[in-house]
Amino acid sequence: MSDVTPGLGYNPEDLADIPGTTIFTTASSRRAYHLHRFCHSLGKADAREAFKADEEGYLSNYTMTEEQRVAILARDYNQLIQLGSNFYFLMKLASTDGWSAQRAVSTMSGMSTEDYAAMMIAGGRSPEGNRSIKGKY
Amino acid sequence: MARITAGVATSHVPAIGAAIDLGKTREEYWQPVFAGYEASRAWEREAKPDVVILVFNDHATSLMLDVVPTFAIGCADSYKPADEGWGPRAVPVVQGHPELAAHIAQSLIIDEFDMTILNEMDVDHGMTVPLSLLFGEVDTWPTRVVPVVVNVTQFPPPSGDRCWRLGEAIARAVASFPEDLNVQVWGTGGMSHQLQGARAGLINREFDNTFLDNLVADPQALRRITHYDYLREAGSEGIELIMWLIMRGALGPNVTQLHRFYHVPASNTAVGHVVLEAA
Repeated sequence: MSDVTPGLGYNPEDLADIPGTTIFTTASSRRAYHLHRFCHSLGKADAREAFKADEEGYLSNYTMTEEQRVAILARDYNQLIQLGSNFYFLMKLASTDGWSAQRAVSTMSGMSTEDYAAMMIAGGRSPEGNRSIKGKY
Repeated sequence: MARITAGVATSHVPAIGAAIDLGKTREEYWQPVFAGYEASRAWEREAKPDVVILVFNDHATSLMLDVVPTFAIGCADSYKPADEGWGPRAVPVVQGHPELAAHIAQSLIIDEFDMTILNEMDVDHGMTVPLSLLFGEVDTWPTRVVPVVVNVTQFPPPSGDRCWRLGEAIARAVASFPEDLNVQVWGTGGMSHQLQGARAGLINREFDNTFLDNLVADPQALRRITHYDYLREAGSEGIELIMWLIMRGALGPNVTQLHRFYHVPASNTAVGHVVLEAA
């Protein structure tokens, strides 16, 4: 705890020690800016129809990276998070596909949608062992 | 004089809105969630707030990331239910209280909270799900609303302590508004949930229930919970709980708990709800 930053009350490096968790920062927001403009555009019915009719053509209106474009077409949500995205934006894409939030989230969990739903009904994923990569607790 | 009479905290899970809109509230999965709000709906019918100051976060709906306000306040006449990707919810338009909102905005800025003013905003499940849970299916919402919007998406959000102090400043602002108004403050979002990565589905009953305990027993302890604590213990989206501290900070030191409810799950999320009466 000697490295605690005054004002924050914790060492900012510890944020990277939380398993399976990517922090959406100002820098990631910048990296995914055009990806997020695309996601945000899906808040209109006619835009959703245009995207569904021609996904690649629709995406060509947004100057995102090739990696981001491929991950959108593949609905690879874990990869999109790694490429700077935030789930609240990705949920607009999932909704356009008619997916529930639970289904979209389950694709990132390493579990089938059914197994994930069953885990949630059973009380969700335990924090035990899921708090620290280094400390393994 | 306007006065804050009560505070409400509630999760705002979008699937709850979908369950209402699709007539699923009596299904086995959803029935316990809605049962947990029945007493509060009956209480609201008696409490009859003139205005609810409703603290929530926009979920990539009205606010793109071209501008990222840490704290914003809605000063519009009204707010339409937003299209979040599946068409707007068929719920009433939310009526604002532009005079009270403008007064609070001005008071907060003089009080050194650098608020962003929103004169136009469609409102997503962060606002409409709490309204549905507390007022049911109605033709018009029985209260006016002053929206307070907090950035909990792009790190860093404000600290929990900063949120608490904003709540205290909101209470000062309300107390100096000359019109006689019955005002409630609602804090929404949470409880524990994580919507990303290999840790998706995280639920922390112990953290959540200690948080609920301390809203009454030791609210000062809640001010010391750091971003890191929230992210590690309550999940990356569990950090929405800082918004509950705006409500709790606005109520003053002494409260009476009228209702408390906790249930897992609603979709990916732990549902928490309390009603607190101001002393």
